[in-house]
Order: sequence, then structure tokens, then C-alpha cells
Amino acid sequence: MNGILKNNPVFVLVLGMCPTLATTTSAINGLGMGAATMFVLICSNIVISLLKNVIPDKVRIPCFIVVIASFVTIVQLIMQAYAASLYETLGVFIPLIVVNCIILGRAEAFASKNDVLSAAMDGIGVGLGFTLSLTLIGVVREFLGSGSVFGIDIYNGDGALIFIMAPGAFMVLGYMMILFNKMMAKVK
Amino acid sequence: MKSSLKNMIMVLASICVVTSAALGFVYQLTAEPIRLAQENKLVSALSQVLPEFNNNPLETKQNVSVEVDGEQIETIVYVAEKDGEAVGYAITSKALGFSGDIELMTGFDKMGKILNIQVLSMAETPGLGANMTNEDNVLLTSFKDKEAGKINMKVKKDGGDIDALTASTISSRAYANAVNRAYQAFLKVSATQQGEGGENE
Repeated sequence: MNGILKNNPVFVLVLGMCPTLATTTSAINGLGMGAATMFVLICSNIVISLLKNVIPDKVRIPCFIVVIASFVTIVQLIMQAYAASLYETLGVFIPLIVVNCIILGRAEAFASKNDVLSAAMDGIGVGLGFTLSLTLIGVVREFLGSGSVFGIDIYNGDGALIFIMAPGAFMVLGYMMILFNKMMAKVK
Repeated sequence: MKSSLKNMIMVLASICVVTSAALGFVYQLTAEPIRLAQENKLVSALSQVLPEFNNNPLETKQNVSVEVDGEQIETIVYVAEKDGEAVGYAITSKALGFSGDIELMTGFDKMGKILNIQVLSMAETPGLGANMTNEDNVLLTSFKDKEAGKINMKVKKDGGDIDALTASTISSRAYANAVNRAYQAFLKVSATQQGEGGENE
């Protein structure tokens, strides 16, 4: 369960920055992206942990990628079928989960060396950490940028547009990293 | 595990076979819901842009290509009929926006008045160009309930009659462009339909 706070993938390990910066324009988008990534991470961790004794070392990366890519495509099909509007906003970023370094990183560093149960728990932990961070960034950006949270208006007016766009993503991420690490240092 | 050419090929190949089978299975499972979701979206857009009708516009689907500004443009036309008579047309058309194509569905009555416009797909900047999907945004209100033939379908910056979205001239231009393309397709279709009507009489 280290993945949620101590090894938080976004604020501490600074992994998976592409979806973090690109999809967190609103809280619901961040949550959707986080949940999709978490699903892929848990499934791929379980499968890779099951296969760890039959995969030859030299082809392990291609094997991991095939497994991960399959789960991503499954997520994509399911979203298209049952969450069409979310799929429309996240559309292009879903296939990019394949190259999210968190997933390959956990497969290589953890799942391929541990038993199924701990691999699954690791997937849940890191996945939750990623989802929470993305949702949090999404909440802040949506609040500052469009004056609402999860689509519910908090104050009138448009807010500062820059937070919805790319520069705002970097600013929010940077300041939240500072806050997060200050808080973690205090807790220690 | 130690790698040899044989076990590398075997393992990678079997993983590929198993995962492809799993994918094929999920694809079959979701193919029908995906088709339904897309059809629902189309039907709800159609009912938003068309006047009252009692046929199934999906059955009247026809691809129409028109030439606009020297470019061959593909559009899709749906006809709304009431008691067998055409009362309106819904036309989907695309134009290149700030990031990728913008696809609109424009509804015309049979005289060429723009009834409503729905954005089917776009990937414009959130908070700027993406405001074209909002209700009653300036782009939509500059088109809605206007006689398409009587307005100059260009943004005001280019000397036309269309109010552009704040700080989104390129997105607004694309929007106006797509509506114009739909209107050209409307002219072509309504001309042939009236021609057919004449022959019957």
C-alpha cells in the first residue's frame, strides 16, 4: 500500500506525466483516466505475476507490453460501449495507457518478482495513488479554471482559463508536489 | 527463466495467441452495445435539430458530396418526413478546426432556415473553442433560426455575420465553415428532391 502516499506515482515518483498533465482538465476526467489506468495496472500485474516463471528473460518486455496493450484495448472497448461520453473526452489518451511508464515499471520492478496476491495489492495501491492524485489535480484545475467541481458550479464566472490549459497543468502540478512533499516530511 | 530461441518464440507466440483470443471475445461482447451507443447519440442529435417528424430518418441516410471553394466535401444527409412529405433535413459535415476535425449536424427546414446545430465531435481547447458545445453560445445563436441563404457564413473578423467565440477565431471559422458546407449540401439535396416531386405531378 506504499503506492498511495509514500511512493505516490505522481507526486513522489513523478511517473506517468503525459496523462497527468493532459487529462486533468476536470475532476471527472482525472477520475476516469485514473480508474482506467488502475484497472489495467491491476490486471496486468496479476497476469504478469502468474506468467513470471514461463517468460524467458530476453523477451520479457515484449511479453509485458502485449499483455498491457490487450488490457488497454479491453478497457477502450468497454468504455466505448458503456461510458460513451467519458470515452469521447478521454478518447486519444486511452490507447496511450500502454506506454504509461507506471504500468510497465510495476510489471518489471514488482509483478515479475512477486506472488500473485502481493502483485494485485501493489496494483491496487499504486493505482489508487495515481487515481487520487489525478482526481485531486482535476478538482483544483476545474475549480480555478471553470469555477466548478465535478461539474457542479461553486462560484459564478469563468475562472482563470489558464488553469484549464497546459501551462496551468504544470503550475498546479508543481505547487501540489511542493504541498504534498512538505506534508509528507511533517508526518515523518 | 533462461532464454533459448525455442522458448522465446514459443512463449511470445502463445501469449499473443491467448491475448488475441481474449480481445476477439471482448470485441464480440461489446460490438452490439457500442453500435447502440453510437446510434443513440445520432438519434438524439437528430431529434434536437429536426422539426417534428414521423419517419425514421436513419433510413433516409444518403451520402452527398458537394464542391465548396474548389474542395470536394463529403456530407451525410438525413431527411425528416411528416406523413410522407419532407419537412426538414439534418446534415452532418466536417471542417478542420484548431485540433482536428469538427463534426457538426445542422438541421434545416425545407425552406433553408437553420433550426439548430449540434456538435457531434470535436477536440478543441477546453474553455475556449470547446465552448461551441455549450447551450446558447454566440456561434450557435448567430446561426439559429436564420435563413441560411441570407447570412454571410463567415466570422465577423473575416467580414461575415457570425459572432466568434472569445479568443477562438480558428475554431469559430471551422464551425462556420462546416455549417456552410452543410448548407451547400442542403441546396443540392433540396433541389433534386423538388425536381423529383415535379416529375410525379
